[in-house]
Amino acid sequence: MLELAWLILVFPALGTLINLFVGGRFGERGIHAVASGAVILSFLVSLGLFFGLMGLDEHHRVLTVHLWDWITIGSFNAPAALLIDPLSVTMALVVTGVGSLIHIYAGGYMQGEQRYQRFFVYLNFFILAMLVLILSNNLVGMFVGWEGVGLASYLLIGFYFDRHDTTYGHYADAGKKAFLVNRVGDFGMMLAIFLLWTGVGSVVFEEIFARSDALTTGAATTICLLLLLAATGKSAQLPLFVWLPDAMAGPTPVSALIHAATMVTAGIYMIARTHVLWELAPIAGDLAAWVGGLTALLAASIALTQVDLKKILAYSTISQLGYMMLGVGVGAYAFGIFHLVTHAFFKALLFLAAGNVMHGLPGGVLDIRKMGNLRAKMPATHWLFVIGAAALAGLPLTSGFFSKDGILLHASSHNILLYLIGLFTALLTAFYSFRAVFMAFWGEARDQRIHAHAHESPTMMTAPLWILAVLALAGGFLNLPFLLTLEHYLEPAVGSPSFHPTVALESVLLAVSAVVSVVGIALAYGRYVQGTASDPRQGRGAGWATSVTKLFKPLEPAAQSRWYVDEIYSALIVSPLLALSQWFDRVIDQGIVDGAVNLIGQANLAVGNALRKVHNGLVPTYALSLFVGVVAMVLYFVFV
Amino acid sequence: MSFLLSILTFLPVVGAIIVLLAPSDGLKKGLAFSATIATFVVSLLLLPGWQEIPDMQFVERYAWMPDLDIYYYLGVDGISLWLVLLTTLLMPIAVAFSNQHIKESVGSYLALMLLMETAMLGVFLALDLVLFYVFWEFSLVPMALLIGKWGSQNRIYAAVKFFLYTLAGSALMLVAILALYFHAGTFDLLALQSAGLPPGVQQLAFLAFALAFAIKTPLFPFHTWLPAAHVQAPTAGSVVLAGVLLKMGTYGFLRFALPLFPVATSNYASLISVLAIVGILYGALVALAQRDLKSLVAYSSVAHMGFVILGIFALNEQGISGAVLQMVNHGLSTGALFLLVGMLYERRHTRLLSEYGGLWASVPIFSFFFLVVAMSSAGLPGLNGFVGEFTILLGTYASNPLFAVLGVTGIILAAWYLLHAFRQVAQGALENPANFKENLPDLNWAEIGQLAPIVLLFFAIGLAPNFFLSKINPSVAALEVVQSKAPAVVWQIEP
Repeated sequence: MLELAWLILVFPALGTLINLFVGGRFGERGIHAVASGAVILSFLVSLGLFFGLMGLDEHHRVLTVHLWDWITIGSFNAPAALLIDPLSVTMALVVTGVGSLIHIYAGGYMQGEQRYQRFFVYLNFFILAMLVLILSNNLVGMFVGWEGVGLASYLLIGFYFDRHDTTYGHYADAGKKAFLVNRVGDFGMMLAIFLLWTGVGSVVFEEIFARSDALTTGAATTICLLLLLAATGKSAQLPLFVWLPDAMAGPTPVSALIHAATMVTAGIYMIARTHVLWELAPIAGDLAAWVGGLTALLAASIALTQVDLKKILAYSTISQLGYMMLGVGVGAYAFGIFHLVTHAFFKALLFLAAGNVMHGLPGGVLDIRKMGNLRAKMPATHWLFVIGAAALAGLPLTSGFFSKDGILLHASSHNILLYLIGLFTALLTAFYSFRAVFMAFWGEARDQRIHAHAHESPTMMTAPLWILAVLALAGGFLNLPFLLTLEHYLEPAVGSPSFHPTVALESVLLAVSAVVSVVGIALAYGRYVQGTASDPRQGRGAGWATSVTKLFKPLEPAAQSRWYVDEIYSALIVSPLLALSQWFDRVIDQGIVDGAVNLIGQANLAVGNALRKVHNGLVPTYALSLFVGVVAMVLYFVFV
Repeated sequence: MSFLLSILTFLPVVGAIIVLLAPSDGLKKGLAFSATIATFVVSLLLLPGWQEIPDMQFVERYAWMPDLDIYYYLGVDGISLWLVLLTTLLMPIAVAFSNQHIKESVGSYLALMLLMETAMLGVFLALDLVLFYVFWEFSLVPMALLIGKWGSQNRIYAAVKFFLYTLAGSALMLVAILALYFHAGTFDLLALQSAGLPPGVQQLAFLAFALAFAIKTPLFPFHTWLPAAHVQAPTAGSVVLAGVLLKMGTYGFLRFALPLFPVATSNYASLISVLAIVGILYGALVALAQRDLKSLVAYSSVAHMGFVILGIFALNEQGISGAVLQMVNHGLSTGALFLLVGMLYERRHTRLLSEYGGLWASVPIFSFFFLVVAMSSAGLPGLNGFVGEFTILLGTYASNPLFAVLGVTGIILAAWYLLHAFRQVAQGALENPANFKENLPDLNWAEIGQLAPIVLLFFAIGLAPNFFLSKINPSVAALEVVQSKAPAVVWQIEP
């Protein structure tokens, strides 16, 4: 069975090709059936791989399926081969599992869309590229998937390439931005590959790990820092997170699948995959942890101020990815992956629920200031969203509670400041997620016209969400504290953590986390439910909530402007490069370089005119002078 | 001894004569296309009997001017094989495109195209320096005429500039060829190679050869003839120019400069690499500033050919094999880009980016091809361009990490100008009525047929590059400059 692992790639590849070339004849239902069927079949293969691995002895759960020799030059070799181990299979299950649900959902969401066929071609292509990324047994193969998902993301962000509005500007530009920012990250990835090859002579993971002692600490640190750059691009961390909020220009199922549940977690996965190198480079790990912690905090602070439902979720994704980065940074790889998994469940759920809201409101409204009391019109979506928000907020016993707590636990042993940042971010998270719940679904309807037209979505768009909701609630049981099923399962791939917390410490931290999330939700309740009567933003109902939030009031404009990161990049990098490009073109190229060439030409012409007397039109004279010239040069060559 | 290479080289000339004699334009077009297809089929015959060895294969050697030791000497090895096939593949495509659009002097146009093919094949196959030089200079004539007669408004200026600039570049090469003869008494490339030249001669002769090749490639700052020539050239001319002609420069470095002047090559490697990097970054930035789509593609060639030069002067297997593959990749992707620009131009008679926008809605097939070709050119992994650029930069890193860092920056910029072009042409709102569906027909089957083989090769090379590399590698590994370097060893940041 395990040798048939390549089948997992074949189905989405076929789905892509079939829908690309003949999908036009199928109609919407046919296209949807092909695309969803492809991903579901891949999911079944993943399940087969999972049980296949479980049937093996714990220490033999790593195997390579060689497909063909891909690039071979001299001592360089990058095969096309799959690495099947607990880590890659876990990821494949998440990608194809959540992917299947989102494919099914999208069938309803995209109904009537002019570019329906194109949408599912892209979506299947994304699954294919993501699986290549996950399953490749070497860094170059991973890079194929890495850029492949980037292309899928670019195409899907710019899916409405002809649209233009105030939220996103030109949608096509959002896609371009995502691709280019990711290319900056890819710069790191490519150089890391070069360094690894010159350092250990291989790009294949298992060979790299076996020979990693050939790397000095300096080399390992450089490699990991370059990989970190790549990860900050793909996983939207500081300093490269700026593309993800704009990526919300894509259709909502895309935001759920690519820009929340799967693709953006690739950076986290890549770090876990290369954990052997990170263990050699503690400085890089520290930096990753700080990048993660600070990104989590920064993005959460921005999420507090957003009023667009999808943007809130986008910043929340950046923030949660920050937690994952923090986790893998402090060496808690299994918990980073655990949070990746639970986040995939609850964030996909939240995005799809937001999709239902958008779908059910006239004009696809997403501004939560125009909503209110939607639970009356969309009871199912309301509950689904609440479940997702509860998991995001880390309400005790939900999946997010356990996975986030695992990361905080390991952070606390690493650096208490990182723990405190993580804890404070958890408070913000609980607050902003329920701010969204209360403003959108509770209180009074603030725009009667919108509210009057609001309606619940069809079963096709709620049924997959209930599955996600169950997973979001119960996903924590994959890795309950003290049992650590998932952690043990992943051990062959990511090793066992060096830190073993005491029961007392773990219990105390669990309790603190529980309190923090409840307090955050209560704050939001005080401010947005008790205070809604007059104005949600100036609620007076609960003075205590207002006074707490007032503390941060001075920071609000900056947070609302996303801490001016986009503006800084524009002023420091993009504009100067564009100016340079114009200057090169006008002044240097046409003026100086080409000017010199033409000058030489004209000089020759002038000399020629002056020497016209020599040019008497007799061929022998020309021949003679040519001969003299050539002989002179030959003599020079021969004797000098 | 087989005659395969001679047949291959001169079949187009035969075709040219027949085309000129043919009575009607329709017949001329059919015959010219058949001639290029026949040449392509003949070139495919190289593959079945191909041996993956470093030596020259299918060698033909006859005395030509025995008194002067000049031979008619042809052969093909791993370095030239794919360039020959690239030439024979692009020619039928270029002719097919021309057949749809050329109206005046059809016979001479097609005959010149066919002569061009012979000249280029001769350059890639000649192993005698004089024979090489003859083909090299001869290739100038048909191209200059194609630009000068069938080009756009400013065609005479561009044709003269192209002709004089490249002619001036190769004058010194002729002198150097003669100097080599006086030193070693032969024009035979392989004999000269084994003879070994004194370092002093190498230095000067290298510079003379390098100037000719640098102009042809073109290497910064010798590139300004290229945008002028491209913008003025007819589409098929651009396809051949970018697809094949530029490779004569990089091929020259590989075939002559590296084997004949190994000492000088090592001495000048850093200098030339720096120029290549400047070309990569500068070419990309200037491309970004262009308002004319064809001009943008032309400057992208300056950047892309910079990668090829960078790989060659990494002087190791990865860099050079990657460079050979990248020559083919650039020929395919830039050839396809020029075809696409031409297809658009024939419909709208403008190449200004500002005239377009939103074409994905009106001409989806065109836009799909444009996207795939742009991605190939941007080096998307899974397609051909990546394999070349990646291995070039890998080799560059092994010989000079700083150069590789700068080179990788060029890949970011490449994505920028290509996505910019795609954004301006295919994305955005469809506002200009001239671009509406009813006014702008999508690609027809003939045009799809011209693009499809190229796009299929993008995937073939991207997914199974070893089929191509396994034939390139032995010849590259046998180069003296490569062998004299220690094989890639464990490299460490700290000792």
